[in-house]
Amino acid sequence: MSRRGLRLAPPRWATATILILVGAVFSIPILAMVEFTLRDREEGHSLAHWGDLLAPANPAAYAPLWLGLTNSAILAVATVAIVLLLLAPTMILVQLRFPRLRRPFEFLCLLPISIPAIVLVVGLAPVYLVIGRTFGTGIWPLAFAYGITVLPYAYRSIQANLDAVDLGTLANAARSLGASWPRVVIDVLAPNLRVGLMLASLISIAVVLGEFTIASLLNRQNLQTALLVVSKIDPYVAVIMSLLSLGLVFVLLLVIDRIARRITAVRTEQA
Amino acid sequence: MTVIITNDGAIAPAAADAPRPSRPARRRGALPAIGLAPFGVYVLLFLAVPTGLAIGTGFLDGDGAFTLDNLAALAEPVIVQTFLNSFLLSAVTAVVGAVVGALVCWAVLGLREGGAIRGAIDSASSVLAQFGGVMLAFAFIATIGINGVVTLLLKDLGIDIFADGAWIYAFPGLFLPYIYFQVPLMVITFMPALTGLKPQWMEANATLGGSVPGFWLRIAAPVLAPSFLASLLLLFANAFSSYATAAALASQGAQIVPLQIRAALTSETVLGRENLAGALALGMIVIMAIVMGAYALVQRRAARWQS
Repeated sequence: MSRRGLRLAPPRWATATILILVGAVFSIPILAMVEFTLRDREEGHSLAHWGDLLAPANPAAYAPLWLGLTNSAILAVATVAIVLLLLAPTMILVQLRFPRLRRPFEFLCLLPISIPAIVLVVGLAPVYLVIGRTFGTGIWPLAFAYGITVLPYAYRSIQANLDAVDLGTLANAARSLGASWPRVVIDVLAPNLRVGLMLASLISIAVVLGEFTIASLLNRQNLQTALLVVSKIDPYVAVIMSLLSLGLVFVLLLVIDRIARRITAVRTEQA
Repeated sequence: MTVIITNDGAIAPAAADAPRPSRPARRRGALPAIGLAPFGVYVLLFLAVPTGLAIGTGFLDGDGAFTLDNLAALAEPVIVQTFLNSFLLSAVTAVVGAVVGALVCWAVLGLREGGAIRGAIDSASSVLAQFGGVMLAFAFIATIGINGVVTLLLKDLGIDIFADGAWIYAFPGLFLPYIYFQVPLMVITFMPALTGLKPQWMEANATLGGSVPGFWLRIAAPVLAPSFLASLLLLFANAFSSYATAAALASQGAQIVPLQIRAALTSETVLGRENLAGALALGMIVIMAIVMGAYALVQRRAARWQS
């Protein structure tokens, strides 16, 4: 019995009480959303509103939703492209050639955490006014702003992988065997960083799909702004779509979690 | 091989400095530096310029001339009230989130590491911490909105939670949704500190005749205090900078600073000033810089016990 006093962990009843209580309270809003979507048009409960999604009585009402979904998909792809084609090569370059820049570079990449999106948008408005005049008001330029938003998360995922791999030796080995630099990066370094790159891409997708502030205030339509518009017309469909995207993000984050664990596992093995 | 000592004291092989005999040394300097340029230009255009503009426009009037008029607006009672509201909302939800979150972390210690429940709590926390914005607003409208599940249930019991008006769509309605994303964020950020607490310390305490409450009070509390404070600051910053949830819930009015910025951006003139959004943004940045600076300092101290 004296061992019990030496445990950091709380007694079993305390663990159970806290987790059940907090778990119950936190599941109420999710369950409420489910109940809300199952309400019948008259009384009682049915799948009527879920059916609306497949066979809409008024397809025009859902038009913003499809547009928003398409736009968010485009933005997710473009943002991932920025992470993979702009951020990742620069990080490799800093790691290999400019070790002294690592600290300032880290500071730069983590900076957007401290700048609220609502503040950034004040400065982005004039920038996008210029962009709108030059490139038109298409949705894709918004990805440049999202690239900044995801910068801290993408940086951390890739850096964790960079720390676990001896990039210098790999690059030197490949170079001494006669590989050109593009070949070194694509065929030798990228495969060794694929876990970090994949993690960075998935987190970027999750962030972009959930982004509302910048799109809303720059008058661009994405999934989140569309949800708000549709909720005014048909709140049930908006809540159904929220549940679905919540489920999607949950799966996405589960995958991210698995991959992140693998990076830490690799790191501890090497340490 | 040359070896360099990085800032954190780790010894890293300086592979980049290893001379390659095939090429003259001076060619190595310029070419890689050009490689940094695209990212540099990108960050300049989409991070430095917008931040500079956000801070700078507060000092300009409608014609682009320098003025302190917008900054003076920060002293107007309406604006002061929104900043106070933002402070209140951030502080209350940060404290509630930190306390409940820390309790959850403590409870999780009682679960087997790598177990299914622990994994589920980890994943649920990272999802719910990201679950801000429009969808969170919907969840709370479905729960305690006018036709929300809990509202209707309570009405059946004879309790009308909206007897004093539909507060869910106003400032008081923000507290519960904010707490909803603060608690999981606390779980994510505070968990590493708690798992870093070594059982050996408790054994040492017991061997020296210390009691269990004595351990928590005299050993665990001082060790955990910096981590707890750091998480608390992060939660404050998180609530303070949050916009989407409030925007979706309160479609009208500007009770907190981010909503005041929305009003200033969309209606052009608030309080008869053109660039009030810039001044408000400047105010937010100053507060965020103080909070995040304090966070970095406290976090450095907290990191001492985590290795």
